[in-house]
Amino acid sequence: MNIPRHIRRSVPMLVLASLTLAACAGSGDRRGEALEPPAENAGPSVTPVTIDGPQEGLALDNAAETGRAPQDRVIYFDYDTSELRAEFLDIVAQHGRFLAQSTDSRVRLEGHTDERGTREYNIALGERRAQSVARMLQLQGVNPGQVRTVSYGEELPVDEAHNNEAWALNRRVNIIYESTVPN
Amino acid sequence: MPATVMISPPFDRPLAPRGGWRVRAAVSLCAALALVMLWLPGTARAVIEIEITRGADNAIPIAVVPFGWSGEGEAPGDIAAIVAADLQRSGNFAPLNREDLVSSPVSGDVPRYADWRLTGADFLLVGGTRPADEGYVVEFQLFDVLQQSLMTGFSFQVTDQTVRSAAHQIADEVYEAILGISGAFNTQIAFVSVAGQVGDRRYELQLADADGLNSQTMLASPYPILSPAWGPNGVNIAYVSFEGRYNSAIYVQNRSQGSREKILSREGINGAPSFSPDGRRLAVALSFEGSLDIYVLDVDGGNLRRITDGSAIDTEPVWVDDTTLIYTSDRSGGPQLYEVDAAGGRASRLTFEGNYNADPTVSPDGSTVAFVHGSDTGFQIAAIDRSSGLFQTLTQGTLDESPSFSPNGQMILYATERDGRGALGAVSLDGSVVQSLTLDDGSNVREPAWSPYTR
Repeated sequence: MNIPRHIRRSVPMLVLASLTLAACAGSGDRRGEALEPPAENAGPSVTPVTIDGPQEGLALDNAAETGRAPQDRVIYFDYDTSELRAEFLDIVAQHGRFLAQSTDSRVRLEGHTDERGTREYNIALGERRAQSVARMLQLQGVNPGQVRTVSYGEELPVDEAHNNEAWALNRRVNIIYESTVPN
Repeated sequence: MPATVMISPPFDRPLAPRGGWRVRAAVSLCAALALVMLWLPGTARAVIEIEITRGADNAIPIAVVPFGWSGEGEAPGDIAAIVAADLQRSGNFAPLNREDLVSSPVSGDVPRYADWRLTGADFLLVGGTRPADEGYVVEFQLFDVLQQSLMTGFSFQVTDQTVRSAAHQIADEVYEAILGISGAFNTQIAFVSVAGQVGDRRYELQLADADGLNSQTMLASPYPILSPAWGPNGVNIAYVSFEGRYNSAIYVQNRSQGSREKILSREGINGAPSFSPDGRRLAVALSFEGSLDIYVLDVDGGNLRRITDGSAIDTEPVWVDDTTLIYTSDRSGGPQLYEVDAAGGRASRLTFEGNYNADPTVSPDGSTVAFVHGSDTGFQIAAIDRSSGLFQTLTQGTLDESPSFSPNGQMILYATERDGRGALGAVSLDGSVVQSLTLDDGSNVREPAWSPYTR
């Protein structure tokens, strides 16, 4: 605390003494027992910063790619794992073949988790999921320069309900085809 | 909802299964709070409402008498109401109903102890405010009713801007004089609020007084914000932002000036910043070298050093002191807590209960670590004693997370779910006091961080 120890001990006696005096002679000057005044910034002085921009996490594909690349672009995962489910191996392989042939095409793999567990650990789990898909693409001969990954952990759910159905929809990797022109 | 929503909902339900007097105290307290709220200028934005869902079984009865005012016109706030609300919120005190106060002594009066004993109060707080050159002088005295003695008393120079802080300081003085522990009423909390739907979310990093008032937005963004961390000076706050297109970055922002620096935006994950107690370094989690590991660097961004290695997930570092870190690692198969020297070296495992223990927060004296514990019923906040390893579960939710110790080590603020939306909770270290904090505009609250002592 901000009250110096020596003041803390001496004040009660001073206050008692002046209380006695005060009782006899009316309220007196008590500046001897003053505490430091609260700092002027005692309240939360805050200068806000505002960021603008379009929303993320909506899997907005580059329109030119939409017709050509494989259409299934969401890979789902079981709880607490980044292992690719058997039913998605073929879809990922299709993307891999497309990217291996279309070397100007690039994808962004966004990893997500459901809300259970801590946020930073879920960022890590989301990254593992995105990397699982990335490794699978590279096995198909995709150049690593065509693939980038980002994890949003549990921050961008598609379904905010707190049940198994919602959680299953949120445990995913979104495959997003990015513009072929460098940003 | 009308502006007075902040007083009605929390007190519609009984506070505790026992103690009718506690409910009555809360009702009159909320009337006093209403007066205080309505007086406050310029705080029309979303307010955190605090409901005490469970108070300590042995809450100390205390009479908090409205302060005297010897000036003209209105007093600069109802200081006694702020003090009583603080004391009640701690769960350790039960302020008397205003209508049960037998008399209205003010600063300088000698109490009639026999009268006060009849009210059941163990302690009596009186005070007064008078105009002074650059504002006011506020004085208070705290009396022990049973011992019939003066315990402590001080005077403050205050202005209109600092009168609330002075009231919180008085509550701290009363708390410490009676319990022998520092109070944490004159402190702040940071948290993230999220409003809107999928595709149209708005994130805000906000700061508020520990009593939920004066919330102010530090950062407003359409992109996720997480892991706010206070610097020891209470001015610099680190956080993770996804505003960079398709990557996370760690920023440190000066909350007063609004200036900020992007400290790290490497490839991969940039996460979990934590200031060292001396404020000179940050511990972070980075994955740019291939796996997520703990790094330490100077706050200006220099001297980046990796502390952990291996292919496991290592994240969520916090400092026990300037040379020791505790962090989360899943090297054993699932997340557990480990302790390591901040210079690197062999880590020792701290948690062994269950297969999910993560997101540590350390008490200021280093004795206790609170964290998120996964169990059959979901996720709760638990704590272990660092020396004995004794484990206890503190909360009963299913999605509890993000624990943060108060700077006096008595309470843990955390994130929980309430009525289907994100809310904050606070629990005492022995689990006896439980509070719930929600934003009155319906948005979700998460990621709380309790400020350090800065004054």
